[in-house]
Amino acid sequence: MSTGNMNLTLKVWRQKNNNTKGALVDYKLADISPDMSFLEMFDVLNEQLINKGEEPVVFDHDCREGICGMCSMFINGRPHGPKDLVTTCQLHMRSFKDGDTIVVEPWRAAAFPVIKDLTVDRSAFDRVIAAGGFISVNTGNAQDANNLPIPKMQADAAFEAAACIGCGACVATCKNASAMLFVSAKISQLALLPQGQPERYRRVQSMVAQMDAEGFGNCTNTGACEAECPKGISLENIARMNRDFASAKFISEETI
Amino acid sequence: MSGFGNAFSSSIGKKFIMGITGLFLILFLIVHCGINALIFISDGGLTFNVGAHFMATNWIIRAGEIALFIGLLAHIFQALRLTLQNQKARPVKYAVNDGKANSKWYSRSMGLLGTLLLIFLVVHLKDFWVVSRFTGIPTVDANGHEDLYAVMKEKFQDPVRVAVYILAMFSLCYHLLHGFASAFQTLGWNHSKYNGIIKGAGVWYSIIISILFAAMPIAVYFGLIQ
Repeated sequence: MSTGNMNLTLKVWRQKNNNTKGALVDYKLADISPDMSFLEMFDVLNEQLINKGEEPVVFDHDCREGICGMCSMFINGRPHGPKDLVTTCQLHMRSFKDGDTIVVEPWRAAAFPVIKDLTVDRSAFDRVIAAGGFISVNTGNAQDANNLPIPKMQADAAFEAAACIGCGACVATCKNASAMLFVSAKISQLALLPQGQPERYRRVQSMVAQMDAEGFGNCTNTGACEAECPKGISLENIARMNRDFASAKFISEETI
Repeated sequence: MSGFGNAFSSSIGKKFIMGITGLFLILFLIVHCGINALIFISDGGLTFNVGAHFMATNWIIRAGEIALFIGLLAHIFQALRLTLQNQKARPVKYAVNDGKANSKWYSRSMGLLGTLLLIFLVVHLKDFWVVSRFTGIPTVDANGHEDLYAVMKEKFQDPVRVAVYILAMFSLCYHLLHGFASAFQTLGWNHSKYNGIIKGAGVWYSIIISILFAAMPIAVYFGLIQ
């Protein structure tokens, strides 16, 4: 890896497991290249820790292409760091200055317990999806696009909702640790398409109930989630979910 | 309420109550501000006292007053429950959290602003509502109506009280700046054709209501109206 000229002080959250208390630990890093991604900078740190016989920092990462949603890290008070519309793996050290102190913490939410260091357990999201984020019919092979009776605007809106990678930045940045943006995206991507209609009102009730059971907070419409979402998921989805929820509870005759 | 299940106990249902009661209180403020603004006619409070007399004696208004207190208490109670839940949802706080990078400070401070308003409300109700409903207004005006305007003039001779009222209107303005549009979003009214109108109306409403209310103690204190 190419060496560079950046000297940094990292304050990294170290926590053995969910039963122990964690703390911020200071690390000095020298000769960091501005072309490195933030995760590559962490790789350098971990190499140094391993060479010194210390425990490396545990952090989540997978594709490193900005599409999987695995990398997390709350960097200097913002999920995925200072840049808009990027995940941590797509954040580069050129976004920082030589001599900077960078504070790195895990996502903090009761529903996302820390596993170790910067890695948290996001399986609460899986359970919300399992509660209703699916359709129960086989839709067959992909048809010719012009045969699909879905207006372009509708298809685009569904696609934009489906861009959610479930990274949890919305929960991490929300002052209430609310999961409304995530859940609303997972509901909207189906509620906007014909295949999602039969289970539409059952789905919204089940998924919201699961969201509440997981211990996420309540939405206060600060808009922080939308601002920090690496995929630009819109608050419109939350309003749509609220409309569907009201329809399900007060208009639909089906009760859950 | 069989069949409605957990409609109002779920997180979204609780927010519906916040939004509906919030919009109700927003409507109330229009009536309250409109009638109080009659003092700017500067006729010794004669017209204002007619309005106050109507508000104190009309049975529909009195029934509305009960609904108002229920709405207000529901708004406060629900806010408390939500706030406690939200605090539980993040037991370990961030060492560094750059909130200003992604949201407005007043949208993150609704609880603080609301608490300031509640403290103000206790002072305000003691100043005027308790006087007009319970302890009695001492004098009558030329038309024989209870002279609430005289009470107002007397209360706003105290510069500390005037300052408290003005500061409270800053809280009100910021509380409404977030609350107005937020209520529509919670109730699902996010629509590209209306969002601009709702945002704009919310900003104008918050500023106009707060300035009008703040202008009342200022005008009385400096003797700008007769």
